Amino acid sequence: MTQQIIIYPLFLQILLAILLMFFWNRINAQRVISIIGSSANLALTIWIFSEIWQNGIYSVQAGNWEAPFGITFAADTFSATLVLLTAISGLAVSVFSSGSVIPDRLRFGYFPIFHFLLLGLNGAFLTGDIFNLYVWFEIIIISSFVLITIGGEKAQLEGAVKYFTLNILASIIFLTAIAVLYGLTGSLNMADLAGKVAAVENRGLVEVTAILFLIGFGIKAAVFPLYFWLPASYHTPPSAVSSIFGGLLTKVGVYALIRVFTLIFVGDVFLDQILIAVAIFTLISGGLGALVQNNVRKVFSYLIICHIGYMIAGLGMFTEVAVAGAVFYLIHDIVVKTNLFMLSGLLYKIKASNSMKVLGGFYAQYPKLSLLLFIPLFSLVGIPPLSGFWPKISLIQAGFSGGNYWTIGAIIFASFITLVIIAKLWAEVFWKTPEERPRHSSFEYFSDISKLRKLQFVAPVVFLSLVSLYIGFGAEHVQLLSSRIADELINSNQYIDAVLHGGM
Amino acid sequence: MEILLALMIGILYAAGIYMILRRSLVKLIIGIILIGNGANLLIFLLGRITKGAPPIIPENSEVFLDAYADPVPQALILTAIVISFGLQSFAIILVRRAHKVVKTDDLDEMNATDEDS
Repeated sequence: MTQQIIIYPLFLQILLAILLMFFWNRINAQRVISIIGSSANLALTIWIFSEIWQNGIYSVQAGNWEAPFGITFAADTFSATLVLLTAISGLAVSVFSSGSVIPDRLRFGYFPIFHFLLLGLNGAFLTGDIFNLYVWFEIIIISSFVLITIGGEKAQLEGAVKYFTLNILASIIFLTAIAVLYGLTGSLNMADLAGKVAAVENRGLVEVTAILFLIGFGIKAAVFPLYFWLPASYHTPPSAVSSIFGGLLTKVGVYALIRVFTLIFVGDVFLDQILIAVAIFTLISGGLGALVQNNVRKVFSYLIICHIGYMIAGLGMFTEVAVAGAVFYLIHDIVVKTNLFMLSGLLYKIKASNSMKVLGGFYAQYPKLSLLLFIPLFSLVGIPPLSGFWPKISLIQAGFSGGNYWTIGAIIFASFITLVIIAKLWAEVFWKTPEERPRHSSFEYFSDISKLRKLQFVAPVVFLSLVSLYIGFGAEHVQLLSSRIADELINSNQYIDAVLHGGM
Repeated sequence: MEILLALMIGILYAAGIYMILRRSLVKLIIGIILIGNGANLLIFLLGRITKGAPPIIPENSEVFLDAYADPVPQALILTAIVISFGLQSFAIILVRRAHKVVKTDDLDEMNATDEDS
């Protein structure tokens, strides 16, 4: 059966992780295997994506237990797109890690864990079973705990304590929500739940369950007021780790929110209002937080929070245009946030600092590199025709047609504040004349490393910038894709049919 | 039985949250363990407790004749216990390492990551 192909990325990642463990001390072999494996994964996910684009939703029942009794894997266009984006970011970070992560960390199993993390991400995007989603979330957080602590520096351990406490708490809340949901409906299959939850008479309890899901996923997605763990931890690990975290981990939370609130808990006005309020506060507080930071990576951490607000706003408005905008933003955001943290790693490698007070004179020193870094930075702001601009049109349009003027205000405010922050960053890091700093004798500067390693630093940034440029200049295609995803999400019958009746 | 379990789950959640809100790292872990157990018991309770009716179809029939205990919650709890066990062992090691490196047990003093750098 050809529909089986959707679980191949999972097999590939777990095989890679196991294979890498056999090369525990041979880090060069690990680097090569990881990069080749990630490239193969990218090819595989492109194939899956094109299959799903042509043939519609694929579903696989584990062990041939018919849905809703067995565990289902289902790939609609949304899942396929996210798996593809995971592969793109995964390849970039794999190359970047092989150049930037110090050998001491690689010797403690960095690459195997990295591929376990990708396994968890792919699994979370593909599963059609809510408890299975919980299990994939646990795989993600266990891998991310190891990645965040590997190396064991003081700041890392402190960040890890905060990161880990709130993520475990989020998992427990998620588990509680699953328990209540199972008690109400007796089912765990998401497509089956869609019908069963709608039929439950005790609406109050359904609402409470929905709020529990919102809190559980909200902590993971870092929305207001549940985001405090993120700026306390994301700047502590090596930048390769931050980039995969910043690009994909919070987005899994957003994915789960979108999935659960378009499939299972639909059409509840109260919930939509809560989502919109959360989105507005997230946009404002993330933006203001980023404004006062001096560490480049902390600025980007707060910007992650700020931009999560766009997606939540799109979900809260819940029209086809709004959801298409949210999905478009998600696609753009995964690529650009991964790229930004790699950029901060590059800056650190060149200047041995991430503080805006110390950095400077970048443009004079590296003009070509500066022009390259211009692309992700200003894609983030959304200066047309770069990629961040297009989804905002959809979001604002949806805001006008729904009369959500506060949301429009917050969206515009957040865009403006992002512009201010990036302009400040550009002036400080690229234009300002820096003070002379003594060179650290123990630090390996960018100018000292070999050509190949320089390439490992720059190539992934170039690759993701090209993807960003494609999203910006090929916005027509991405808009078509987002509209189709939004259509599938809003008319969820297609997904339910594919899972429960085999589809096709 | 249900009332007793419900009360116990409530106490576990309350005690767990109280412990998480304390400043000590060790108490934090104890809190997480308590809440985790509360969640497991909650799944067990909400899967409906049926006494003495295992989900086994009698030999001479094709379908269940009576109400039976739902096996799914137990499978879920088993999975959740294994996962939380792994996480808790990681947590204990992490706290030990953090205590060694940061030299404090007080969460309020762990603010190096929030300082401007």
